[in-house]
Amino acid sequence: MNMISAPRRRLVVVGNGMAGMRTISELLARAPHRYDITVFGAEPHPNYDRIALSSVLAGEKTLEQIVINPLGWYAENGIRLIAGDPVVAIDRAARTVTSASGAVVSYDKLLLSTGSKPLVPPLPGLKLPGVCTFRDIADVNQMMAASQTQRRAVVIGGGLLGLEAAWGLKRRGMEVAVVHLMPTLMERQLDATAGQMLQRDLDERGINFFTNGQTEQILGTDRVEGVRLADGREVPGDIVVVAIGIRPNIDLARDAGLEVNRGIMVDDDLSTLTDKDVFSVGECIEHRGQVFGLVAPIWEQARTCAATLAGDETATYVTPALSTRLKITGIDVFSAGVLAAAAEEDEEVVLQDRKRGTYRKLVLRDDRLIGAVMYGEVSDGAWYFRLIREGADIGAMRDRLIMGEAMAAGGGAKVDPKAALAALPDSAEICGCNGVCKGKIVDTIREKGLTTLDGVRAHTKASASCGSCTPQVEGLLALTAGVAAATGPKPMCKCTTHGHDFVRKAIVTDGLKTIPEVMNRLGWSKPDGCASCRPALNYYLLCAWPGEYVDDAQSRFVNERNHANIQKDGTYSVVPRMWGGLTTPGELRAIADVADKFQVREVKVTGGQRIDLFGVKREDLPAVWADLNAAGMVSGHAYAKGLRTVKTCVGSTWCRFGTQDSTGMGVKLERMTWGSWHPHKVKLAVSGCPRNCAEATIKDFGVVAVDSGWELHIGGNGGIHVRATDLLCKVTTEEEVLEYCGAFLQLYREEAHYLERTAPWVERVGVAYVKSRVVEDTDNRRALHERFLFSQTFAQVDPWAKEASNAAFKTLEPVE
Amino acid sequence: MEGTLSWTFVARLADVPRLGSRVVRTERGDVAIFRTADDSVFALDDRCPHKGGPLSQGIVHGHAVTCPLHNWVIDLASGEAQAPDIGCVKRTPVHLDGDRILLGVVS
Repeated sequence: MNMISAPRRRLVVVGNGMAGMRTISELLARAPHRYDITVFGAEPHPNYDRIALSSVLAGEKTLEQIVINPLGWYAENGIRLIAGDPVVAIDRAARTVTSASGAVVSYDKLLLSTGSKPLVPPLPGLKLPGVCTFRDIADVNQMMAASQTQRRAVVIGGGLLGLEAAWGLKRRGMEVAVVHLMPTLMERQLDATAGQMLQRDLDERGINFFTNGQTEQILGTDRVEGVRLADGREVPGDIVVVAIGIRPNIDLARDAGLEVNRGIMVDDDLSTLTDKDVFSVGECIEHRGQVFGLVAPIWEQARTCAATLAGDETATYVTPALSTRLKITGIDVFSAGVLAAAAEEDEEVVLQDRKRGTYRKLVLRDDRLIGAVMYGEVSDGAWYFRLIREGADIGAMRDRLIMGEAMAAGGGAKVDPKAALAALPDSAEICGCNGVCKGKIVDTIREKGLTTLDGVRAHTKASASCGSCTPQVEGLLALTAGVAAATGPKPMCKCTTHGHDFVRKAIVTDGLKTIPEVMNRLGWSKPDGCASCRPALNYYLLCAWPGEYVDDAQSRFVNERNHANIQKDGTYSVVPRMWGGLTTPGELRAIADVADKFQVREVKVTGGQRIDLFGVKREDLPAVWADLNAAGMVSGHAYAKGLRTVKTCVGSTWCRFGTQDSTGMGVKLERMTWGSWHPHKVKLAVSGCPRNCAEATIKDFGVVAVDSGWELHIGGNGGIHVRATDLLCKVTTEEEVLEYCGAFLQLYREEAHYLERTAPWVERVGVAYVKSRVVEDTDNRRALHERFLFSQTFAQVDPWAKEASNAAFKTLEPVE
Repeated sequence: MEGTLSWTFVARLADVPRLGSRVVRTERGDVAIFRTADDSVFALDDRCPHKGGPLSQGIVHGHAVTCPLHNWVIDLASGEAQAPDIGCVKRTPVHLDGDRILLGVVS
């Protein structure tokens, strides 16, 4: 081709934070090829969600989880990222910026998103080790490290930031005291009543408060020891966190000769008042006398600035109405607009229920709502916020307004929330954090065919920040994509919205190979899941990627991790394998010796025809295994969500009724299937005649010999709900028994839910389905059987031999 | 509890598996050292307040451990059982000095 494209203009961004990178994301969406982009960041990290730092401190999220733009995003979009090297000077005449390391980069357009700095009052003792602020990853790391070694923390500041810091440190096990200048907490967002309720609730959670407390001095000689207040009170502390607020970071702009006041002065198009090629967004700016600390107006600035940079000369920024929430688990606070009646025509309406700990106050002016404060129960917050933002006339429902949306709109009857959602105009804002309206969500669900909450989050960002609008987003998903999307299958656990089948399928089709990869891709709500989902994921990955997936011992239940069965007193029971229930005098002697040597408290024969040794201490397990191994025995897997035992009767070798060699068949089956992992325990049995002495018809896979061959039965178990097997089919040769067994077990392994035994699984999918896959479809049966055998080449390793020298079983002794 | 706190070396960080635990034998019983995904370490008595299950053998997630006997969830930082269960496990001061895990002993 012979086209000559216009040379790209150079855009330099100073500040790799939320405001700057949101602007770049918006710009790339509008004009992907307009600029060569260079981004400077002072912190050595990719752009992360600063709002979520409090969740990291509280241990609810990891640093990895709060990264908004991973390094790959910069590379994919051709953005040059210079992280950890702050810009120290701007030469507006030469149109260059210079970094701390001396790099000089030219620009055509410059975007300043330098954010803010912690506000720190000039107190004696500020420089003492142990004093920190709460602003970035380094601060959070410092606090997390301190919580490991120190006991007491003092937080200066009882606003949003200070309370989130205090709660995070409390969650990390510290004793926390909060010093606050004003009489009540969060006085800028809450009125006195709500502030007092908040203080009482946090007090009950073990945080101490010193209100009306003006810090005069930080105490300590070599390191911090506490703070002294102006009224003489002293608060001891091993660390002190200063979290009283932020101030715009304007040093660089001022040095470059740009007009600054409290912040960098910008116009409605977000260009600076001084230089039309220099733009600024975020906490560093001042727009029409206002500075910013909440995310919603900053997203709006990013949108406007991106439009201007993309060439839209009409883009105009207007500060949206603001609402606040506190990110402390279990404490619900909401406020928007004004906090109290200020003019003569203003009126306050208050509803308080002391017993339930709920409170709401509305501020009205001329039949319009201009402010709302809520504590304890905030589900109507979004509705009040919308009425404030839209300046709606509430005259008709004025007397019921305080009761909330359901009462006010329905005149008493409970309004169907779905109908209320359906009635919203497309312009109604659903997600306040990211400024996403109903219309955008509905359109995106339709266009992209979305069926999951995660899908909507990924494509629209709605509900992707604080998550308080999740019920509405789910409601819209149900309205738009059909009820199935919202009611769908039961989630695996509280860490995810996905069901077992979805997760299993995603592991295979998306090629997910590790537990963290599954959790990341599928939007797990907790970084390392819970005791319910981790073992399930470990099994699903093991089943999907035989030979490739590395088993995660920390995601195994205790018995599988210790290759023995824990008992009520914390000791273990050990069961060696006896193939088909056969043993020898030599094996019995070795077992007897082990029982003596390790003072085994009880020896019992099990229902699966094995010998169980009770009362073994955990630290003795490796030695017990070594002795049993030496006598030729291996683990009996009596602890496994896997193949346990193959029970047999004596069969035609000895029994006068026996029709086939059931013991020999059982040994062959056990040789083929031992070591296999399953969604739950699996028991097999082979009976030599229809008298069925091996009880094959209450086993997961039961074989009953008849004169002309073998009957194969599936899906039985004893237990609470006894279920007799269904007949799968009848076969004639031993090879067929083995092939059908392997195929059936593999189908169960690949398709059942974790902790679902074959009996409920067969009932759920139907015997006809199993027959169609295992009996009627020969090719599929052989393929299943081959996959089973392939998987077995990796699974048939005796864990006892492998772990006999594992030092982790030893108890540690303190070293003086 | 009054007295002086002295620190005793018990293990290297690498001796405790991430999201796992090791047991230390002390004069007043077994203490479980836990290591979480973010490499924080915690020390609790190795006895669940419910029926005495060995917490060291539970599954560690976030800053919590699920008891292997009856699935009580214990907060590692506070030692308290998660609602609706009620109970508390005694904590032992523990402190990471580089990769050395030090256990606090009050004497």
